[in-house]
Amino acid sequence: MDTKKQNKLAIGALYGIAGLVVLILLALLGYILASGLPQLSWHFLTAPAKAFLKGGGVGVQLFNSFYLLILAMAISFPIALGAAIYLYEYARDNWVTTTIRTAIEILSSLPSVVVGLFGFLFFVVKLRLGFSILSGAFALTFFNLPLLTRSIEDSLRTIDLEQREGGLALGLSRWETVTRVILPAAVPSILTGVILSAGRVFGEAAALIYTAGQSAPALNFADWNPFNISSPLNPMRPAETLAVHIWKINSEGIMPDAKAISSGSSAVLIIAILLFNFAARYVGKRLYKRLTSA
Amino acid sequence: MSEEILTTQDLHLYYGEKEALKGINLNFDAKGITALIGPSGCGKSTYLRTLNRMNDLIPNVTITGTIKFKGENLYAPNADTVEIRKEIGMVFQQPNPFPFSIYDNVIYGLRIAGEKDKEKLDAVVEKSLRQAAVWDEVKDHLHESALALSGGQQQRVCIARVLAVSPEIILLDEPTSALDPVSSSQIEATLLNLRHDYTIIIVTHNLQQASRIADRTAFFMNGELVEVDQTKNIFMNPAKKQTEDYISGRFG
Repeated sequence: MDTKKQNKLAIGALYGIAGLVVLILLALLGYILASGLPQLSWHFLTAPAKAFLKGGGVGVQLFNSFYLLILAMAISFPIALGAAIYLYEYARDNWVTTTIRTAIEILSSLPSVVVGLFGFLFFVVKLRLGFSILSGAFALTFFNLPLLTRSIEDSLRTIDLEQREGGLALGLSRWETVTRVILPAAVPSILTGVILSAGRVFGEAAALIYTAGQSAPALNFADWNPFNISSPLNPMRPAETLAVHIWKINSEGIMPDAKAISSGSSAVLIIAILLFNFAARYVGKRLYKRLTSA
Repeated sequence: MSEEILTTQDLHLYYGEKEALKGINLNFDAKGITALIGPSGCGKSTYLRTLNRMNDLIPNVTITGTIKFKGENLYAPNADTVEIRKEIGMVFQQPNPFPFSIYDNVIYGLRIAGEKDKEKLDAVVEKSLRQAAVWDEVKDHLHESALALSGGQQQRVCIARVLAVSPEIILLDEPTSALDPVSSSQIEATLLNLRHDYTIIIVTHNLQQASRIADRTAFFMNGELVEVDQTKNIFMNPAKKQTEDYISGRFG
């Protein structure tokens, strides 16, 4: 076979594989949206869930998912950023950093159910945080930290060494070079990593079942004092998220419209992640423009 | 003119076990251009990068000997690399503008040093870009990204960026090797303009370039300084046979 034919064959095969991936994705998305969209209504999005009766909504779960996401990101992002900057910009390659990298690698392949059980034993039981948003956020931090650190480190790696040399050669300190030259240039790529991990966190169920709990007590959305037990902001209350809700309905839901609620929730979950991606991308572009005036 | 601003004594540099610089003794007078020439791997770029401690970034480098800038040892334990690099700036082989506007690129050093006065910053931007002979080409797009410029323009903006922090010495590591001949000659013209006000040390592979712009030329080979003299002596009447062989293209 001559090389031209080989080339054509390879391209054809690659197209085929790519097409297959897209097809699977579209089929999945289409199925979820087609079965879920008809269930959506303002009532469904805002009403609290009902345990035995028809007509419950996912308002509380939706809020819990976002609140938990924000809290988990607020804890894990600064830590991951610091770790990544240390690992890539400051640390020399030696056995300490190799050990850290290996640990990160192992941690990132930890099954989320194990993270959840660890969170249950450590945060819920040992630290007496109970089934709470805070326990959930800590568990998600453990779950999220390795991948986020890796992805930020990779973002820093994409910035040329010449940029660092250029900064240093101007008499900038190492810290100034990192914060004023490297980070602004890396913002879009870091943001992509944050979005990807946010999507994972948003859809995570196993790590939360044993930490944030499976109950969603009704919230009083007029009460924003985080110390009141019915306040949405109270980090010590148990909080079932959307993903956990889907899991729970499908495994032990006894309401008559369980199937419809499950489909609707899945659609909401997907749409929320989609919206989140678009918003984050828009913000990222604006941020990059402001930081670099490019 | 004959005041020595930078002196190097018995400078050795090792990459791990490998000795890359084998005892360099070389001094520079204030002002004027010195070219460092020699075959690839002779140590001239390595030597240049020791002069503002850029080799600190590379792991496993050991340096012995002394380099003194205005009598101060650059490698003294309490030497401040940030201050050193403000006095001894550097331009690299690949143009490396930051992904910011042209204006921001030029004032970056000053702005981070805390300068806020808009008028002063404006003045510095214009002066530096004029000195780097790129003002006329970019004055109408100062707030557009520097990445949109041609390679030659980018390199001159990088020179302007170094000039803006007003260093005494400017090190250039093959600044034209990634550029086309027209851009190269513009950079050369820029450097000739600057030679009365700055001490310029340039590494170049281009012998014609050295002969065109340098007041003094130093020839390196195998990690040693073979010969240093007025440029015309090096090219017309070198003292060492190795220099003559290299100049006449018999190797390297």
